[in-house]
Amino acid sequence: MTVLAIRGLNVSFATEGGDLHALRDVAFDVPARRIVGIVGESGCGKSTLINAILGLLADNGRITGGQIVFEGQDLTRADAAQMRALRGPRISTVFQDPMGALNPVLSVGRQMRNIQYRSSLGRAARDARSAEMLQKVRIPDPEAALSRYPHEFSGGMKQRIAIAMALMMEPALLIADEPTTALDATLEVATIELLRDLQDQIGCSVLFISHHLGVIAELCDDVVVMYAGEVVERGTVRQVFRTPRHPYTARLLECDPARQSGRTRHLPVIPGDLPDLRNRPGGCIFAARCDRRGEACAAPQTEREPAPGHRARCILAEAT
Amino acid sequence: MLGYTLKRLGLAVVIVSLAMAILFVMIYLIPGDPAAVALGPRATEAMRESLRVKMGLDQPVWVQFWNFFTRAWTGDLGNEVLSDRPVAQVVMEQLPHTLALIAGGMVWSVALGIPLGCWAAVKRGSWADRVVGIVSVAVIAVPSFVVAIYALLIFAVTLRWLPAIGAGDAGDLGDRLTHLILPSLAVGLGWVGYIARMVRASMLEVLEAQHIRTARAFGLPETMITYRYALTIAILPTVTLLGVGIGQMLSSAVFAEIVFARPGVGKLVYDAILTRNYPLVTGAVLVTTVLFVLINLLADLLIGALDPRVRSRF
Ligand SMILES: Nc1ncnc2c1ncn2[C@@H]1O[C@H](COP(=O)(O)OP(=O)(O)OP(=O)(O)O)[C@@H](O)[C@H]1O
Ligand SMILES: [Mg+2]
Repeated sequence: MTVLAIRGLNVSFATEGGDLHALRDVAFDVPARRIVGIVGESGCGKSTLINAILGLLADNGRITGGQIVFEGQDLTRADAAQMRALRGPRISTVFQDPMGALNPVLSVGRQMRNIQYRSSLGRAARDARSAEMLQKVRIPDPEAALSRYPHEFSGGMKQRIAIAMALMMEPALLIADEPTTALDATLEVATIELLRDLQDQIGCSVLFISHHLGVIAELCDDVVVMYAGEVVERGTVRQVFRTPRHPYTARLLECDPARQSGRTRHLPVIPGDLPDLRNRPGGCIFAARCDRRGEACAAPQTEREPAPGHRARCILAEAT
Repeated sequence: MLGYTLKRLGLAVVIVSLAMAILFVMIYLIPGDPAAVALGPRATEAMRESLRVKMGLDQPVWVQFWNFFTRAWTGDLGNEVLSDRPVAQVVMEQLPHTLALIAGGMVWSVALGIPLGCWAAVKRGSWADRVVGIVSVAVIAVPSFVVAIYALLIFAVTLRWLPAIGAGDAGDLGDRLTHLILPSLAVGLGWVGYIARMVRASMLEVLEAQHIRTARAFGLPETMITYRYALTIAILPTVTLLGVGIGQMLSSAVFAEIVFARPGVGKLVYDAILTRNYPLVTGAVLVTTVLFVLINLLADLLIGALDPRVRSRF
């Protein structure tokens, strides 16, 4: 069963220098109960993808084509009220910045009660539910924590509170946009273990975005590699990490994730610049920086499937 | 919150003391003999000498300062020249009228300014936003005495909807309030513009914040996001601005009291200056200063009550 299926998704931002084509022909699936990682350099469109799924694109952003099918419903055709009804109960999100993700002037309990505004439960029952969730993410003294304000918690605790809020609704899909990037290495490990535990209990699917290959390898079942707004390779973690078929993925993996220290927040640097998203090259998006490019790379590339479920948008993936 | 309150209170005491010192120096530096001014040209030298002794002007300057300072703190601001009544009593009689006027001005500015600013921010870039922007600048640009005169001419003289002068009957609350409408509008109208602009700017900033994105990602209703999540933060700079703005409202109150012939501290100071009733001027200025400091203290405490981050810093 597929919870989320993205098909040929295109997103553009209207900018002063013309239309910026931030996502092109993005396609992948998030099957039920699986954790799908999305990895890619800064600016490759990870946040844009999330915002498109949530229906929260910036005012100048527009979905120009494709489908986002969530539980059988095409979200690109849903109106604002339908999207609002999904956000929270069916699709929950944990954002990158734990410092800024909670409202500074409302107590944690108030915020957790507010997000249950659709519930028919009374105030006391909602607060009990909030405390139970805080307990699950191992916040000490959950009842007392409800009356405290975000600045009274450490960064790691705030991120756990954000996770508790997201999972409180028992969503079908949890989206996590670099939830651990702002945390230090030990907290990162603890947070990831927590996420996996809770995912297992609730049985939701997770779309997990990260810069950190080690984290993706550790946590995810499937991985989607993005480059300059395109999906260049996707498959199971094992397929993609053991036998990368796209030169971009291979370059990323050359610095072995296991050897990367926990503090590395950035992917290894590949010579050359990202293509200009306002004038995308007609052929392979990675060709300009690829050391294995050939003449055929000047033509648009389709996804090849070198192994069942393993797909790469590269001509080299054809030959076995 | 108690520590925070005590700190703010201590600061207020220091500021009032400093204001007293400055006021003393200013009076001291005014050229001329206060006794001669008070008694007028036909007084004899002996009369002046006895008044000087009575006013303590024969003492060394630091003794004069100490006497002024300690008496002022106990509420003794001396006696006024014309009727020889205690200055503190005369000022306190007038103070409620001025307080009502300023409170009225606040009500106008807050009740109109906050919703307008909020509306403009939510409808950013629309014609509504542009109209609010133009109106804000316009009402800021018009001096309050001009508002006072036109309000008087239009609503009191031509349309006869509202009373033109005075403060109304002492026992009749409704009458008092109808007499307050136009003068307080004159005091508050400019502030409608300031507050609308301030609220709009800080709303736009807050609406971009990450936690608003979080709130949207949980599908909270937009009205809840605007009023509970954004406005509660966006209001904070406005509270500080209003605390400081009281000084400007106090000076607008002088004009409003004169134009509408209302009793009040502003009218009192105006008359006292015309009759060279210096002790009364000094006393009224000191009371106004204390009022200003107190209202700022209130604004600080309100910020502390509204913003848990501020509270915990003390
Ligand atoms: N509102 C916008 N208007 C114009 N361009 C935008 C807008 N939002 C994003 N972009 C552009 O779209 C591209 C993708 O941005 P996005 O934020 O999705 O990247 P990302 O992969 O999330 O990066 P990071 O890892 O730094 O968070 C970038 O080139 C960015 O400049
Ligand atoms: Mg991002």
